[in-house]
Amino acid sequence: MLSALLTLTALMALSGLVLLWLGRRFQRDEDSLVEQINAILPQTQCAQCNYPGCRPYAEAIATGEADINQCPPGGNAGVHALASLLNIEPKPLDESHGEYKPPVIALIDEQRCIGCTLCIQACPVDAIFGAARQMHTVIASECTGCELCLPPCPVDCIDLIERREPDRPTRPDQSAAGAPTAIPMKVA
Amino acid sequence: MSTATVGEALHAFPGGLELRHHKQVACQTPLRHMPPSERHYLSITDRQGRTAELIVDEGQLVKRGQALTRARGDFDVVTHAPTSGRIGPIVQRDGLWPYGAQTECIELLADGLDDSIIGEPLSDWLQEAPDRIIDFLRDHGLAGLGGAAFPSAAKLRGDWGSIQTLILNGAECEPWIACDEMLMRTRANEVVRGGIVLARAAGAREVVIAIEDQMGEVGQHLSRAIRECAIDFPIRLVRVNTIYPEGGERQLIQVLTGQEVPFDGLPQDLGLLCHNVATAEAALQAVEGGNALTERVVTVTGPGIRRPQNLIARIGTPISELLKAAGGMTADAARLILGGPMSGTALPSDRMPVTKGTNCLLVLTETQVQRDQPVMPCINCGECVRVCPAHLLPQQLFRMIEGERLEAAANLKLFDCIECGCCAQVCPSHIPLVDWYRHGKAARRLEQLDQRRAALAKRRHEAREARLKQERIERDARREKRRQKLTEGTQAKDEIQAAIERAKRKKRDDQSAG
Repeated sequence: MLSALLTLTALMALSGLVLLWLGRRFQRDEDSLVEQINAILPQTQCAQCNYPGCRPYAEAIATGEADINQCPPGGNAGVHALASLLNIEPKPLDESHGEYKPPVIALIDEQRCIGCTLCIQACPVDAIFGAARQMHTVIASECTGCELCLPPCPVDCIDLIERREPDRPTRPDQSAAGAPTAIPMKVA
Repeated sequence: MSTATVGEALHAFPGGLELRHHKQVACQTPLRHMPPSERHYLSITDRQGRTAELIVDEGQLVKRGQALTRARGDFDVVTHAPTSGRIGPIVQRDGLWPYGAQTECIELLADGLDDSIIGEPLSDWLQEAPDRIIDFLRDHGLAGLGGAAFPSAAKLRGDWGSIQTLILNGAECEPWIACDEMLMRTRANEVVRGGIVLARAAGAREVVIAIEDQMGEVGQHLSRAIRECAIDFPIRLVRVNTIYPEGGERQLIQVLTGQEVPFDGLPQDLGLLCHNVATAEAALQAVEGGNALTERVVTVTGPGIRRPQNLIARIGTPISELLKAAGGMTADAARLILGGPMSGTALPSDRMPVTKGTNCLLVLTETQVQRDQPVMPCINCGECVRVCPAHLLPQQLFRMIEGERLEAAANLKLFDCIECGCCAQVCPSHIPLVDWYRHGKAARRLEQLDQRRAALAKRRHEAREARLKQERIERDARREKRRQKLTEGTQAKDEIQAAIERAKRKKRDDQSAG
């Protein structure tokens, strides 16, 4: 009777210790939460959230310092994704940080560019190519449309153009004609 | 992987539907050549969005069969002039891929003479090396005429190991479409010999022509053509049951061999190659007549067409011309569909040109389109699972896409859906399932594009951060070094000062001594 009790107590104590150790050893990594948040953020690196980039903002969300609705490029869809990851109520995008806009990319007017390299230094993803007193060009496929190159330009030669991409398909239940294959026929 | 063989016994694929055929509607009149239209529009953008390399200039006079583009590889389908005329400007035109989107087309203004270049046939193609035949077919613009217009050269060439059997797909299973049936009736000999051309090009050892058991007359024509064929090559005719979507490549292979093509593989992995019968006929036209692919059979049919028939139309002819040639549309025509009623797509206009993949134009009337049927919620009846030929779970896929869980849908093998439409056909809630799957596929592709873009931006941002950090460290190191030098510099100053002192002292000593 006593030996049974002792054995059970010892077993429980042992397993308790093992679990305690395991809990310490494989602690839920805050870093991995940061990574998960960072994976949802659009990586525009535009700093509209008042943090210097997407990762610092992700870190701030993880510590509870920043709210989840400060990322305009992510839009409401991004806020929803963050809310479902963190298991909190979604809220509308905080428009004081900027509005959600269709994706754009920067385009340098090469006639006006004086080659001052200020935009190259401002670009967070090194998407501008050029050298001092040489013409600069935006690498369109790498540009995130963060607009950070606009303010430093002394001659205002950078324009934002719409990024060419495939049409966003409309959901069948939201297409204009009701049933989606019911495209009314036009006869030329 | 093991090689599949086409044995005597037929097998079955899961699911499928027995549908009413409606094919005879378009087969009442003989196959008819359509005269070239005044203007032809030839798309120069392929499905990957790449623009073809043009070898003609605006204003140049061309003859029928003259190449307008150049193949840079096996995936480029060469475009040829469908008639003689003058090359017009490159115009933006409603295209068929993606449906209704603007594509770049060469405009060809016909001169009405319809002169052809004199094509050089590949005279002894039976003795030619496979690569030479494939090059020849590629330069003559051969593409899959079953509907996908996949570049035939890319399908024929490849490091597949040994191809055992070439399957000629004549199982045109979708209702209304009759272009292959009509072609096999009228050009059975060419289809059989063309099959041997493709088999030679692919290195296959036998040809199996698969047709449906309801195509009575076609079977007789083909049997006779096989008997009378002078070329000594093993060639067989197999009649398969008429179940939709039997004509799907993977379904047909499963019926013929009993083996499933792996979801991430190709028929070539099983030692099989599948080509459409019309592609075979076009291959023969190329090697024996030297004719480039500039025309195809198009079925113009449906209750909304006055005189349903099969037309041989030049590639690039506007669809409106075909409708006109078939007597025009009836007053109650409600919808123009490219392809068949099950897997076709409603077209927003009839301005699009015929392409190498245009097999059928179907016009339905108000009574068939059932536009007023309300869409009800899914009741989980499981009918869609029963009929799915690809072993998928259509209702689960629908749920995932509806809930925007596109990754989950992709994990449920959304991209293995062949969009045959069986599930939507049997759905008692009238859910437009295929439209949801098409939407889901497009949305998932965009989602992945966004993810790739974000990953690229993240990588570049991190690289920049690392570089800036490195530069900062180096700058600090340089600064530290300078500061050190400066402190070392004060020592030097002291030494100089000491030396000056010494010199002065010496001078004083010398003066006092002098």
